[in-house]
Amino acid sequence: MSVPPPAIEVSRLVKTYGGTTAVNDISFTVAKGEIVGFLGPNGAGKSTTMRILTGYLPATSGSVHLCGLPVATRPDEVKRRIGYLPENNPLPEDMRVSEYLYFRGRLKEVSRRQLGPRIDEVLEICDLKRVRHRIIGQLSKGYRQRVGIAEAILAEPPVIIMDEPTIGLDPHQILIVRDLIAGLRGRMTVIISSHILPEIEVTCDRVLIINQGRVVAQGTPAELRREIFGQSSYVLEVAGDPDALAAALAAVDPTLRTAAADAAANPGPEEFRRLRLTTARTDELGDGIVAALSAAGCRVRAIGREHPSLEDVFLTATRRSWDAVQAAAPRPTAAR
Amino acid sequence: MKHFPTLLSHELRMLLVSPATYVAATLFLGFMGLVFIKIVELYGGAPQETSPAVVYFQLFWLPVCVMVPLLTMKCLAEERRAGTLETLLTTPVTTAEVVLAKFGAAYALYAALWASTLGFFLVLRRYSGDERFLDAGPLLGGFLFIAVSGLLFVALGVLASSLTRSQSVAGILSCVALATLILGGNALADSPWLDQGLLRPLRVAVDHTHVFGHRDDFARGVVDLRHLLFYASGTALALIFSILSVEAKQLHA
Repeated sequence: MSVPPPAIEVSRLVKTYGGTTAVNDISFTVAKGEIVGFLGPNGAGKSTTMRILTGYLPATSGSVHLCGLPVATRPDEVKRRIGYLPENNPLPEDMRVSEYLYFRGRLKEVSRRQLGPRIDEVLEICDLKRVRHRIIGQLSKGYRQRVGIAEAILAEPPVIIMDEPTIGLDPHQILIVRDLIAGLRGRMTVIISSHILPEIEVTCDRVLIINQGRVVAQGTPAELRREIFGQSSYVLEVAGDPDALAAALAAVDPTLRTAAADAAANPGPEEFRRLRLTTARTDELGDGIVAALSAAGCRVRAIGREHPSLEDVFLTATRRSWDAVQAAAPRPTAAR
Repeated sequence: MKHFPTLLSHELRMLLVSPATYVAATLFLGFMGLVFIKIVELYGGAPQETSPAVVYFQLFWLPVCVMVPLLTMKCLAEERRAGTLETLLTTPVTTAEVVLAKFGAAYALYAALWASTLGFFLVLRRYSGDERFLDAGPLLGGFLFIAVSGLLFVALGVLASSLTRSQSVAGILSCVALATLILGGNALADSPWLDQGLLRPLRVAVDHTHVFGHRDDFARGVVDLRHLLFYASGTALALIFSILSVEAKQLHA
């Protein structure tokens, strides 16, 4: 039995504009039904990559396949399989919402018979029924954004590409868009770029970080934390004999280390102190630490595992790629 | 061309809700109405040798140089500026369908506006009761000239709109291109220095592209295939360059 092709397959993609390399040898795949977050600083090449995926821009080299179809040679078939929400969501100002959706539905080859019920459905999904007869130019940013999303999912394409779908939205509207995207999980493959990293962490199955046209990290948020930071940390509030405490911690996991500043402090066995522990192990050690410390006669008041946020992962990954580029750059020769 | 009817009806609708269309229509009908009143006054004062329809179409270039830019300047320039061209071209439509739909809609409106001025002659005939005011030959020839030449004029407007993101720049470009073609050709046709030695081939080319000469031929009832070929090939060329311009700008978007 043949394995179905991934929804998106990008291989060694390069795009240059007038001597500037916007996308430099990017490769990644996205499985069917997966929601992938596309992260990167401004000018990293996210929008260019997305435009190439839609068939709007041709690549300089490399290959892109959507649902097994090559974008370069079969763009018309690819365009039938995508819903695209571009950056800044350009919409015609002087059309009504329902007219716009009808026009786009016809262009996307949805039959007249199916289009009416489908428009009602997407208006319901995107909570746009109240404004269906309003002129788009008079709508608020949140409504406009939802019109763009409604248009992208209108023809029920297998792949949805959204460039900054939550930009400029208030927290309530972000929640609505997040639920909407989560509702597509499993049915459609979604690729989203955003600067709102907590959003990406909540919504996406996997994250792809690009910087200066290259993929600098990819994986699930947990995998990225492991890959970027390589350790877990715990914060502990404990009172007890420092020697017994050190022995108990070593018995739980020999790689457990106390932060240098915490280890230097010595408030006495009766006073509670706050310790930051790091370990190379990624499995949960909290229960083990509490049990070991209690058995050693220490009193534990609080324990918590620290999770580096996706923002920390993003900043570290992008900074690392800038450092790598700087290190590789030729050093200026000294003036003679 | 599967999506052409959808795109054309959309473009017609967008033209009908655009204020520029109504500005163009008002200016055009107002100007042609004034021309018509002057003709009626002229013919009411003393008998004239030529048919009023011939005189009526003599000033065709003035409304063309204003109306065509107003009808076409927005079509591609504004779509590119607003970014809606990008969303349009990520659906299964081709650039050719988009350009042809925009051309078709602008041309339909151009033709409809000129056709509406036929009402001036019908009103005059109705109230004067004189058959001579509706001289079918020159009237038909004049409207045929307007219909055929309009293809090229509107295509030039679409081409100007495909070259820039700014509506105003597109409008100025279109106006200059039309004035150069119509009035520049006329100025060259009247230049005696073109008859000298090496410049004679240029004289032949100028005579073939002399729009005022074409107008006079059509009004006399002479439908020359060379004139038709000139407008048809010019239109095709302008539209092909418009499609190429949109695609070339897409490459550097």
